[in-house]
Amino acid sequence: MTDPSPRAVVAKIGRYTFLSVLLGFFALPMLWLASAPFNAHPTLDVSISSFTLHNFSVLLKDPYALPSLWNSLLLAGGTALLTVGFAAAAAYALSRVRVPGRDGILYTLLLLSSIVTGTAAMVPLFQLAFKLHLIDSRVGVILVFTGGLIPAAIFILKDFTDGTPKSYEESARVFGASPFQIMRHIVLPMIRPGLATVTVWAVVNVWSNFLIPYILVRNPDKYPASVVLYTFYTEGGQPNLALISAFSLLYSIPVVVLYLFVSHRYGFRFHGGIKR
Amino acid sequence: MARTASPRAAEDPAGLGRAGAAAITAPALLVVAAFLVFPALWTLYLGTTNYRLTGFAARHPHGVGLQNYTNVVQDPGFHHSLWLTLEYVLLSAVVGQAALGFAIAWMLRDATGWLKRLIEALVLLAWILPSSVVAFLWVAMLDRDSGTLNALLHTPGTAWAIEHPMAVIIVFNIWRGTAFSMLLYSAALTSVPPSQLATARMFGANSWQQLRDVVFPHIRGHILTNLLLISLWTFNDFTPYQITAGGPNGKSQILPVYIYQTALFDGQMGLGAAISLLMLLINLIVALVYLRLLRERRREPVAA
Repeated sequence: MTDPSPRAVVAKIGRYTFLSVLLGFFALPMLWLASAPFNAHPTLDVSISSFTLHNFSVLLKDPYALPSLWNSLLLAGGTALLTVGFAAAAAYALSRVRVPGRDGILYTLLLLSSIVTGTAAMVPLFQLAFKLHLIDSRVGVILVFTGGLIPAAIFILKDFTDGTPKSYEESARVFGASPFQIMRHIVLPMIRPGLATVTVWAVVNVWSNFLIPYILVRNPDKYPASVVLYTFYTEGGQPNLALISAFSLLYSIPVVVLYLFVSHRYGFRFHGGIKR
Repeated sequence: MARTASPRAAEDPAGLGRAGAAAITAPALLVVAAFLVFPALWTLYLGTTNYRLTGFAARHPHGVGLQNYTNVVQDPGFHHSLWLTLEYVLLSAVVGQAALGFAIAWMLRDATGWLKRLIEALVLLAWILPSSVVAFLWVAMLDRDSGTLNALLHTPGTAWAIEHPMAVIIVFNIWRGTAFSMLLYSAALTSVPPSQLATARMFGANSWQQLRDVVFPHIRGHILTNLLLISLWTFNDFTPYQITAGGPNGKSQILPVYIYQTALFDGQMGLGAAISLLMLLINLIVALVYLRLLRERRREPVAA
């Protein structure tokens, strides 16, 4: 090989400069999250002085921190259960029984769920919860989330159901299994990857959501983690950095773990299907 | 004695029947009807009332016709908010996220090894962390007295979120949302035939010419899809509220924050609903354009 031309050298320098700036831009805000939770004096600038787990004992003592994680878990778990249960049943019925205008209904629902976001519909959603006495009720928050997630969940699960052969169900029916038995013992095991996908997606959505609980929950005892974290740094003069840093880390870990699990297991895609 | 499967069985392999199918579809449709469809339609009605959260009008709201709509259209605060929203969506999504996402995908298309993995991991992490966490990370980084940014730039005492609130939420949203564009363009670039790029290089095309003549024509559909989706998401994003709360003095009061502060903070529910309707309409237009695009792409013959 001849010596690289000056132009190629410049191009290479340019490329690595760009990548370094990029690395800095994306890493810089994260550094605090990695260092402050274990720092005896967590200030807002990134510093690693004395390693300690003291901040986590501050977290254990706070009356709202751990309960809020429990609240988040309840909301995420409840929403995932309802969404997966209702959507799987609907997806199976729509996949196997010919309903007139099925595709039209499905697409309209999907269109609606992408238009009627929590942000665009916060006024009527608050009003509805108020009228139904669902302010401060976990059930209310779960129902609002579920309504928004079901259309896409039906779509994903129908994709999985369409991709499974009908012959198993037919032979089970020949041997006298009831529709309920067929669904439970044949269909559900076959679409398990789809159920996992929807569960993870629903959990991550609810776990991270701030706006819906922020407008529907008034009682601090029922705040999920997203709202509690916001109150930690906005209410009362000096933010308690020991608490915020340890709490942020604890609150972020499940999302990252779920993501790693999914990408390790299935490879990271936006939505999958057996067909593709 | 086994029955032979009738032709009907192919249509209903588990023997649910129409009634059974309707019964197991009902719960999902009911929740969607009550908590998704109804709120959207109710916005129409609420926008024509003088509904308030507190006081006399809370108990006895009455119709005010199109008064809210005329008030909104004439309100300078609303115009201001609309402009800020346009600026926010254009600069942070259409320009920022899309360009940066493409640049990363293009730069790293043939790369392997730790640098690529590290950059992709960080970009994805910014996207998957909960919004309350990333909002605070930025508040911490931009802090006036002990923020990382002031320490780096040697600009002690600069209150970025107060002096440049729009720039802050725009840069934040680029940081937050670039991952999607990066993933989508990475996938799209694999569909560009390497032979065509090689041919272009043989004829002495530089990088820019290769992009313009070979790459962009191939991924035009992906580019449009990406722009529509990230615009819709950015427009409906409430996270900036957690960094600047629309302030100072409404200088970063994008539409979602404006609706929150009008309806739920000041308690003018009717007025808030009137603005919400506009937001729903904008979402509808973007989503319809997107669907139209998908349908056209499905009709196109697959490029050989």
